[in-house]
Amino acid sequence: MSVPQVTPLNAFHRQHGGRMVDFAGWDMPVQYRSILEEHKAVRQRCGLFDVSHMGEADVQGPEALKFLQHLVTNDCRKLFPGRILYTVMCYPHGGVVDDLLVYMRVPDDYLLCINAGNIAKDIAWMKEQAQGFNCSVVDRSADFAQLAIQGPTAAALVQTLTLTNLAEIKYYHFVHGEVAGVKCLISRTGYTGEDGFELYCDATAGAGLAEAILAAGGPFGLELTGLGARDSLRLEAGFPLYGHEITDQITPLTAGLGWVVKLDKGPFVGSAVLQREKAEGSTQKIVYFKTNDRRIVRAETPVCDAAGLVVGRVVSGTLSPIINEAIGTALVATTAAAALLVVDIRGTKINLQLVKPPFVPLKKS
Amino acid sequence: MSNVPADLRYAKSHEWVQLAGDGTATIGITDYAQNSLGDITYIQVPKVGATLKAGETFGVVESVKAASDVYAPIAGVVLAVNPQLETTPEKVNQAPYTDGWMLKLKLVNPADASALLSAEDYRKQIG
Repeated sequence: MSVPQVTPLNAFHRQHGGRMVDFAGWDMPVQYRSILEEHKAVRQRCGLFDVSHMGEADVQGPEALKFLQHLVTNDCRKLFPGRILYTVMCYPHGGVVDDLLVYMRVPDDYLLCINAGNIAKDIAWMKEQAQGFNCSVVDRSADFAQLAIQGPTAAALVQTLTLTNLAEIKYYHFVHGEVAGVKCLISRTGYTGEDGFELYCDATAGAGLAEAILAAGGPFGLELTGLGARDSLRLEAGFPLYGHEITDQITPLTAGLGWVVKLDKGPFVGSAVLQREKAEGSTQKIVYFKTNDRRIVRAETPVCDAAGLVVGRVVSGTLSPIINEAIGTALVATTAAAALLVVDIRGTKINLQLVKPPFVPLKKS
Repeated sequence: MSNVPADLRYAKSHEWVQLAGDGTATIGITDYAQNSLGDITYIQVPKVGATLKAGETFGVVESVKAASDVYAPIAGVVLAVNPQLETTPEKVNQAPYTDGWMLKLKLVNPADASALLSAEDYRKQIG
């Protein structure tokens, strides 16, 4: 048997009533009080998430940029010190290895943030791909704690704990500073669709930083928020989750992530296949749906056309606590996507209403 | 620690029964059950007039986590369903033994209640 890994905040979660579950091999809080209440808190006030399970890697060396251009689909030449890029990295067949953030500290020095469940696979893949490039790939995952403070009052809360002028940090930018006396990489990013920050600090300082944020959070309506709300928030915002909307069998073009695939930047891993998919059109696509019904349409539910023929399957599904109806994503045949799509929930036929996410109006910084 | 009121009877499958003494009973799910399920998002109940056998599935309680069947702890005919649960199923989380009641039944045989668990036995079951 394998023992779940723990983040530096494990004792913090238990002390504060976190309901712990195994997530991708990590012992994490799925909720503290209520998934629905925590979700609403992030849309209306702010929430504190432990995201220390996420992986980090350093990519450093004279050919770091050249390597990243080969590795990922987005164009890293757009980066400058303090700038962050969202991208995916693909296999030669076009399927996704992982989605990730690339932080440029200074030229030749990058920090990558990768998914918890993919750390070992990603590091091995990146090291393999880095052969022949004059740069190093180092797994830094165990060195960092990472906290996300998300929601409309997040910036005001964090500002009470730092001398760094947060108003100067734009969306998808970062600076180094101190928060509650703890040295942090302060990143204006998140996975909820709200304004907010992701703070990377030394693993040993993570629990203290969380306590300090929690202690200062009262006037800002801060709520401790778990992975349950993190998932429903990201889905409501229209963000993909690895293993659902993107997998090694789903390309970024199929997933609707064409905006991070820069086919004009020169060859990269998977570019030939993605070029062909773009020219010929994708045979299947990820669609976002709502149902005008509260019954959750869960992952793996078959999706049928009007004639009852299976044309796809649901890949994520939850209840939006904001619009009070089931929302989700499905992978469907492109030829069927424009017509009526139906799922069967315990004998009731429910029509999927396709929408362009986000499902709720979002206000980013 | 789950709340297990002493004046109710219970089924192993985590439903509670309140016997009115006039051959009718009110049915719901226990505090332990609602806590295990987490945030309840949808509740499917039978129509008034439906006849339920003991142990038969009478509906579904759906949470963010999963959809779970609920079972009739005792045989009866449905006299009423809680009309509030259609729009506010979270009442089962908030007040499983009061506002979160699910059905009222006319019992087929009130003596069947002797097969139900006492509060003490149910508390032992859930540990």
